[in-house]
Amino acid sequence: MIDLLRWLWLAFLLSVPIWLGDQYYLHILITTGIFTIAAMSLNLLLGFTGQLSLGHVAFFGIGAYTSALLSLGFDLELAEGYTFVLAPKPVWFAFLCGVLVAGFFGWVIGKISFKVRGAYFVIVTISFAEVVRLVALNWVDLTEGPMALSNIPPFTLAVPGLWEQTLYRKAPNYYLMLAIAILSYLIVRRLVLSRTGRAMIALRENEPLATSVGIDVTRYLVLAAVVSAAMAGAAGGLYAHYVRIVDPDVFLFIYTVTMVIMVITGGKGTLAGPVVGGLFFGILPVLLRTIAEPEAQWIIYGVFMIVIVYFLPDGIVPAVRGWVESLQSGRPTPEPAALTGTAAAERKAD
Amino acid sequence: MSGNGAAPDTALSIEHITVHFGGLVAVSDMTFTVNEGEVVGLIGPNGAGKTTAFNVITGFLRPTRGEIRYRGRSLNGLRPHEVAEAGLVRTFQKTSVFATNTVFENILIGLHRRGRATAWQTLLGLPGVRAEEQRLRDEARALLDFVGIAQRAGELGGALPYGEQRLLEVAIALAARPSMLLLDEPVSGMNPSETSSFMRLLERIRARDVTVLLVEHDMRMVMGVSDRVVVLNQGKIIAEGPPADIQGNPEVIRAYLGAGVRDA
Repeated sequence: MIDLLRWLWLAFLLSVPIWLGDQYYLHILITTGIFTIAAMSLNLLLGFTGQLSLGHVAFFGIGAYTSALLSLGFDLELAEGYTFVLAPKPVWFAFLCGVLVAGFFGWVIGKISFKVRGAYFVIVTISFAEVVRLVALNWVDLTEGPMALSNIPPFTLAVPGLWEQTLYRKAPNYYLMLAIAILSYLIVRRLVLSRTGRAMIALRENEPLATSVGIDVTRYLVLAAVVSAAMAGAAGGLYAHYVRIVDPDVFLFIYTVTMVIMVITGGKGTLAGPVVGGLFFGILPVLLRTIAEPEAQWIIYGVFMIVIVYFLPDGIVPAVRGWVESLQSGRPTPEPAALTGTAAAERKAD
Repeated sequence: MSGNGAAPDTALSIEHITVHFGGLVAVSDMTFTVNEGEVVGLIGPNGAGKTTAFNVITGFLRPTRGEIRYRGRSLNGLRPHEVAEAGLVRTFQKTSVFATNTVFENILIGLHRRGRATAWQTLLGLPGVRAEEQRLRDEARALLDFVGIAQRAGELGGALPYGEQRLLEVAIALAARPSMLLLDEPVSGMNPSETSSFMRLLERIRARDVTVLLVEHDMRMVMGVSDRVVVLNQGKIIAEGPPADIQGNPEVIRAYLGAGVRDA
């Protein structure tokens, strides 16, 4: 039953560009998808290890800038009379470098998170994102600052020597986004449904007990941070080569907040949560634009958020799962909502 | 006296451990040993420093002075998970399980050390990973049977009655396959029949060649299961010996019952 739904959902996602004629709506779906990937990456850190990174957009932006810069090429005067010149690199190579560089910064932040926890970690990550934003804003020689990096080349798909297509149009970009989103989902799923994921959840739930049975805190926090950052970097790279312009505003705090909203309302620590939350809060603003006055749009958006958080404190996915389970077993009380996605999935596998 | 083997080999030795919290001396110059296969009870009135001693041994606290050695290796400076790697696994005084995970998952988490699959192998879905997962699940079932809570496998850890949570704690600790188990008040809050079945469990744990260091207030239990008893009072060891000697030791009685007016 669940399998069937999963395949239907996939078929639906694949069919969208075929029946959705309006390119504007396709564009909305692509950016929503890119944000959903970022939300999934945040969920690995926030939902499964319990570390709240309020600077997550930094990894997104680092991926976007790295990928954009490498594909455009740049020259940089390192010392008097010596200029470092980097020729434009192929987009796929630049994209991978963006993922790696973002992952590297994830490693640094993960190492720090071992030393500082809780509120201090939140502050460190906010500061980190702000510092990166200021660098992007002020290092004009490299990043063009507020003038933005523009004319970023789009992705090119190629079979060497035979066939080549540059992805200018929306539909191919949609499929590229979808492919990376599915890959990200599978990576998170594989990780959290394994011994590695159990270690992360154990650290979130009861760190002293987890360490007492031999789980290395640093190792798993760093691992989660690296994977999470690299994934956010991939989302950033996608964004850069799709929108084809990157300015320091990609580091704005509001984007992190949006990701956090997506994760929390969807259900943190569940696999489907960020997808549901991402789609909901990605599409809601656009939907509101068509039905409400401009003044009312963000008020309604806010009300939706409060209502969800108030009535479904664990998020949409755990709540729905609870309803389904109580319907199936005929019990009136829902399952304890803090149950993780892993918990349910593993019980099913059992 | 020691459970196995003729000559008692020292497993754990605590040498001149001192712990200060600011000006407060929690443990002062504590020295004792636990032999391989032995069950040692660590007793003392509230605030005597028993839990502090546990925290120091298992790497949750750094001693101000002194050394801890386990099987010839110094444990000083090791972090808790490294102490677990060395074979020492503890339980906690306040019940400590993974409350929002099922009982079965609790054990799987405890089995962490028994798995070897790395994140890369997991991501690539190598065939060994699946086989290992199956093996861990089998072990988890066996452990639940061993402590006698197999029928609870699907329930949430936090939803178990108190006595069974205590059993779950022990099962989680055993999952890490310790060569030495440190139990911090395992039967506190248990009723007498639960306590006596816990004592039988302890005998079976011991039959698995696990050395046990036990902190406990239930004197009947401590005296019943321990080969040796170490008595702490106000951070100092005041007596050490077989249960029978300890029960008659005037110093111990004074520590527990207080001195008469004359001595005060």
